[in-house]
Amino acid sequence: MMKKQLNIVVLAKQVPDTRNVGKDAMTPEGTVNRSALPAIFNPEDLNALEMALHIRELAGNATVRVLTMGPARAADIIRDAMFRGADGGYLLSGREFAGSDTLATSYALSCALRKIQPDLIVAGRQAIDGDTAQVGPQVAEKLGLPQVTYAEEIVELKEKSIVVKRRLDHGTEVVESPLPMVLTVNASAPECRPKNAKRVMKYKFALTPSEIAAAPDTEAARRATEKEYLQITEWAAADVNPDPQQLGLAGSPTKVKKIENVVFQAKEAKKLTAADCDIADLMVELIASHTLG
Amino acid sequence: MANFFSDNKDLQFHLQHPMMRKIVELKERGFAEKDLYDYAPHDFEDAMDSYRRVLEIAGEVCGDVLAPNAEGVDHEGPRVVNDHVEYASGTVQNLKAIVDAGLSGLTLPRKYDGLNFPLVCFVMANEMVARADAGFENIWGLQDCAETLNEFASEELKAKYLPWVSAGATCAMDLTEPDAGSDLGAVMLKATWNEERQTWLLNGVKRFITNGDGDISLVLARTEEGTTDARGLSMLVYDKRDGGVKVRRIENKLGIKGSPTCELVFTNAPAQLVGDRKMGLIKYVMSLMNAARLGIGAQSVGLCEAAYREALKYAHERAQFGKSIIRFAAVAEMLSNMKAKLQGARALLYETTRFVEIYKQYGHISHERSLEAEERQEMKFYNRLADGFTPLVKLFASEYANQLAYDAVQIHGGSGFMKDYACERLYRDARIMNIYEGTSQLQVVAAINAVTKGTFLEQIKRYEEANYCEAMQPVVAKLRELTAQYEEMHSRVETLDKECNGYKDFHARRLVETAGHIIITYLLARQAGEAAEYMESAQVYSKLAAAKIAEAYAYVMNSPVEDVALFHKVEEETL
Repeated sequence: MMKKQLNIVVLAKQVPDTRNVGKDAMTPEGTVNRSALPAIFNPEDLNALEMALHIRELAGNATVRVLTMGPARAADIIRDAMFRGADGGYLLSGREFAGSDTLATSYALSCALRKIQPDLIVAGRQAIDGDTAQVGPQVAEKLGLPQVTYAEEIVELKEKSIVVKRRLDHGTEVVESPLPMVLTVNASAPECRPKNAKRVMKYKFALTPSEIAAAPDTEAARRATEKEYLQITEWAAADVNPDPQQLGLAGSPTKVKKIENVVFQAKEAKKLTAADCDIADLMVELIASHTLG
Repeated sequence: MANFFSDNKDLQFHLQHPMMRKIVELKERGFAEKDLYDYAPHDFEDAMDSYRRVLEIAGEVCGDVLAPNAEGVDHEGPRVVNDHVEYASGTVQNLKAIVDAGLSGLTLPRKYDGLNFPLVCFVMANEMVARADAGFENIWGLQDCAETLNEFASEELKAKYLPWVSAGATCAMDLTEPDAGSDLGAVMLKATWNEERQTWLLNGVKRFITNGDGDISLVLARTEEGTTDARGLSMLVYDKRDGGVKVRRIENKLGIKGSPTCELVFTNAPAQLVGDRKMGLIKYVMSLMNAARLGIGAQSVGLCEAAYREALKYAHERAQFGKSIIRFAAVAEMLSNMKAKLQGARALLYETTRFVEIYKQYGHISHERSLEAEERQEMKFYNRLADGFTPLVKLFASEYANQLAYDAVQIHGGSGFMKDYACERLYRDARIMNIYEGTSQLQVVAAINAVTKGTFLEQIKRYEEANYCEAMQPVVAKLRELTAQYEEMHSRVETLDKECNGYKDFHARRLVETAGHIIITYLLARQAGEAAEYMESAQVYSKLAAAKIAEAYAYVMNSPVEDVALFHKVEEETL
């Protein structure tokens, strides 16, 4: 049992379900056709949510809230998380965030996290629409927090630190990190618990202010307005004091040149030593294959 | 990523039945709890929305957890360790998923932490669980025992046990003994009052007890020393935490292997009386059995669903002579019949459930206030229908589960005989369904009253008076003919039974099944008017029904009273 309340934030993303892709999954321009694919809770973010809920149980006195950036309908995954056990959530939404790459996304999230000041940030390793695995680590860097990636199991939760088992290519590693810190969670971690019947009935009318404003005369809006636990926090860019130049398209240096279907011929992983010559060779190889540059 | 609710349109259709409005209103007593509990519905739409959402959760747990575990559970099975049951590892995972999802205490009142859902939803969840793993359905479905406690136990016992069920405690009903199976009046397990400990103590042996090591057991025991019949039996509740019951062995069964069937030894096991002494078998077990029969009906329909899907999938995938086998007339006919039987059994299942639900709710309401004359009449009306329809659905659904499992194996050909495909497990699991909770033969004994007293015929006439769509007119016309034949058969049997005792017994199954075939066809014809996708099944089922009734009609109408003696001749045969 911890004395002080441990506030945990789970970073989650609503993604197109790229696991069951039909013919119209890609646009002729080579980008993801989001309208043709159902929007789901990013799978590894569900592993992250489960880990956060488990930590809450270990701590005894803790809260779990979800932070997501996305359009209005991304509130769906906050509700989903509440059905599974989360205490609430924050939706970061607005035109200013549109077109964000990982850099701009992690910047926007870190602005919101500065405002929330959590003791622990838990994110899925990567999202299935981009597979970059960059946002979690970038958030840690921007906030100057230690990070543990590929987390699979919480070995121990201490008063001021956390002991985590990481899943690596050829085995596992147990590390300890001081709190606050950022954890990114692997798909090999326990699956998320199912939605709970009573929680679904209790939280099904949880709404964001925009959703209430969009249909103010509905029974759902009336109930959400009456009960505080049914109100999902929603922040626009101005609410998190960002530098506008680092947001959305303006803050996104990534330009997609083209997308192709790559079939790995050999093993995906390549082992390098820390020697400078190995790294130089890799850079040459990546530039030659146009992966970089 | 399977969801056994979202992927099943037929199930969703039955949730939409117009009678749901009445059921929800009765169950929610005018939405009186809306401000008392944060998860209570405010109105009908709200309630229905919650049912759908929770059934989707159940569907997801069934598709993603229970179904993938089924094969492992079948192979591993439970074990006895230190006189107690240790479930297969998959069963343990299943129970955890069910508790996490909050799917326990589904029908119990909110004051006992239940969801206060209608029986219709419980039966639907039951069916989905059985489709995923029929053996696990026994463990999960036994939460129904809590309904018996809710109906008959004292407030003290309810407060002790019901919230525990809502939190996931598992139940058992300890009825059968080595010398008391179908004949429960012969139960000998002894209950003696211990003045010093102020408790009843149980001593004796129970056999074939499903989930016998469950947390809470309802035990049928002899409280009246010196008696030998049903009138000396009472119902008691035993709490596993108190100790005194050992699991001597788990039966090695043909199917539903994940469900531990236990032999139990009671040694001074403390227990508390449920309701009144001496009413154990006469009142409480009868109620328990009726609920359990509906439960097996749901389990059987779930198995039918699984068998049909396995068969359909294989028939599409398997190619012979250059085409999928589904394109061969013989296979297509089998599959069409399977689908019609599945949808027919389900139609009967939910019709029955609605009847049971309404009269049960009036029963609960009558404990809170006295019923209006009209309500009392309605309660009586539905009670009568429920008593006739419950054995009917158990009979039809469990026989169809066996037929569909048989056909599913047949469609798989040689592969179906191997352990590689799920259909062989379904085939083994189905076999118990027309045996336990009363064999098919005993369901006929229970249902023949509804033939004799005219309950079935009256209901058939009500169906006859309803409106049917244009396309169903030929089916409805045929049903009128079949009903006339049913009346003819019935009248002949009643007449000849007076001449020769035993004649009605001899033809009872033919009469009950004829009524059942007519009822199911009407239900499907009614559904065809509401949703076009039932058009084929209604037509196909009406052909099956017509053929079956023709056979029964020919048999009965040509059966002289001498047949009774003819079929008793076999008694003289010894080997």
